[in-house]
Amino acid sequence: MATQHSRSAARLMMAPAVVLLLGWMLVPLIMTLLFSFKKYIPLRGGDLGWVGFDNYIRFVTSSAFWPSVSATLIVVGGVLIITVIFGVLLAILLNQPMWGQGVVRILVIAPFFVMPTVSALVWKNMFMDPVNGLFAHLWKFFGAAPVEWLSQASLQSIVMIVSWQWLPFATLILLTAIQSLDSEQLEAAEMDGAPPVKRFAYITLPHLGRAITVVVLIQTIFLLAIFAEIFVTTQGSFGTKTLTYLIYQRVLESQNVGLGSAGGVYAIILANIVAIFLMRMVGKNLDA
Amino acid sequence: MGRITLDKVSKSFGDVEVIPPLDLTIEDGEFTVFVGPSGCGKSTLLRLIAGLEDSSGGHIRIDGNDATHVPPAKRGLAMVFQSYALYPHMSVRKNIAFPMKMANVPEDEQNRRIEAAAIALNLSDYLDRRPGQLSGGQRQRVAIGRAIVREPAAFLFDEPLSNLDAALRVGMRLEISELHERLQTTMIYVTHDQVEAMTMADKIVVLQAGVIEQVGSPLELYRAPRNKFVAGFIGSPKMNFIEGDEAAKFNAHTIGIRPEHIDVSDTEGQWKGTVGVAEHLGSDTFFHVHGTGMAETMTVRAPGEVNLRHGDVIHMTPRKDQIHKFDAQCLRIE
Repeated sequence: MATQHSRSAARLMMAPAVVLLLGWMLVPLIMTLLFSFKKYIPLRGGDLGWVGFDNYIRFVTSSAFWPSVSATLIVVGGVLIITVIFGVLLAILLNQPMWGQGVVRILVIAPFFVMPTVSALVWKNMFMDPVNGLFAHLWKFFGAAPVEWLSQASLQSIVMIVSWQWLPFATLILLTAIQSLDSEQLEAAEMDGAPPVKRFAYITLPHLGRAITVVVLIQTIFLLAIFAEIFVTTQGSFGTKTLTYLIYQRVLESQNVGLGSAGGVYAIILANIVAIFLMRMVGKNLDA
Repeated sequence: MGRITLDKVSKSFGDVEVIPPLDLTIEDGEFTVFVGPSGCGKSTLLRLIAGLEDSSGGHIRIDGNDATHVPPAKRGLAMVFQSYALYPHMSVRKNIAFPMKMANVPEDEQNRRIEAAAIALNLSDYLDRRPGQLSGGQRQRVAIGRAIVREPAAFLFDEPLSNLDAALRVGMRLEISELHERLQTTMIYVTHDQVEAMTMADKIVVLQAGVIEQVGSPLELYRAPRNKFVAGFIGSPKMNFIEGDEAAKFNAHTIGIRPEHIDVSDTEGQWKGTVGVAEHLGSDTFFHVHGTGMAETMTVRAPGEVNLRHGDVIHMTPRKDQIHKFDAQCLRIE
């Protein structure tokens, strides 16, 4: 791959893919930017011309904006904390030699293959339904009043559903990382007098640092955009309106494309702020 | 103090008995080497002493106290692993401090011991580096440093030099020997390299299939191997074994003669053969001799430079008093 000829051939061959991917990214981005500076309401007059930063000001000053930002951060943060903590614990558990290990591992990974819409519906109707749900039966069995999950603890319910979906991913990545830990290091620590908890804290956890970073970064990207789970459960009510959902409502329910586009630009900015903070906090794990 | 006694210690993995019950005493301050071919159970035996494996039977005593069921950390032994097993995310200083931190040694004392170990092992300039930034030999020294600061009753080395290149291995061999001279602490060293065993040990334990074949000082094993296995394993190049009529002349089933105990001549001698490969090292010359009619290949060492080439006829005369005799059970006949 080093000759002049093969290098230019490589460039030529890669060009279609690069152009396609670049276009895939640039066209929607430019259209979003363009619409965000226009008053564009398709069913009530269509394109009504340029309005400067009006859409941006209206989106931020709306009473729904700050709650949606905080809802987004709570969902992302909550799911990250739950999946990382339980992911580490499950990975350690699954790494122990036990009977039926292969089957158990597949079962643990299974939730990841369920479509978000389906899993949210299953949770909503089979577990969290205040009349027929399994939780309601459980509560009644112990003589307690059933909880109306999606209205009384709406945000927590969403966090629970999404965590259930993403736990397999975290477990899988962390399990592969834990398998690459040199067992002689653990034995050395054992000889050095470290009890199991300290071996975990001083050897296993630092070894998992990089894998945890990868889990956090990848999950954050996807969690900022969760939509289906909210759409099929609460429809954005009871404080579960995330930024993504708010944009959806502005564009499709209020039919205000310009306002929604401005929201989209804010979402891009928020994602980048979160990304910068994450990189600062955990990014140093990726070098060395 | 570090006197280690194994009393009928055995180890089985499932139905497979890796180490049949064996007895062994390692005296305080002794440098003991476990040597044997791969898979002979020498590492397993070391791990039994360390406590990283549970023994299936028998008792392990350290300084007279039964340590059979004592967890590894409480046995007062320090181990250096083949892969060094340094903690990659900690600096050299923190690596060395780790066992003291676990034992709650006061900070001043920790620093004093780290400095002392760093000077002894020539690591002072590297204390703030991470293991990944060090060479193989330096990593090895860090691993030893981590063992020294614990001031253990005995050091356990599990093939510590096998990941180093040949030149470094010779250097580290000397350093470990000197460390032993200085500390006078019991050391148990596992290797498959008989040169390491011969050069470092006060006492060699030769193992085969989990069984102790012979225990003794390096020269005892060299001079009087108890059986054919030890005779073939100790010494480099390997001892020549001759069976049949030639052996019968000595009233033995097999006779063994070391390459260095055969005198070479190009004119006359007791045995005659053709030179195969000749290895001219300058200080010595090794001949691989074919067509003697006694063994397929015989190895002969001649001191200095000898001008015999591939295909030349060679005459060999064994030194009578250096011939080892073995019976049909491969045991030594005096």
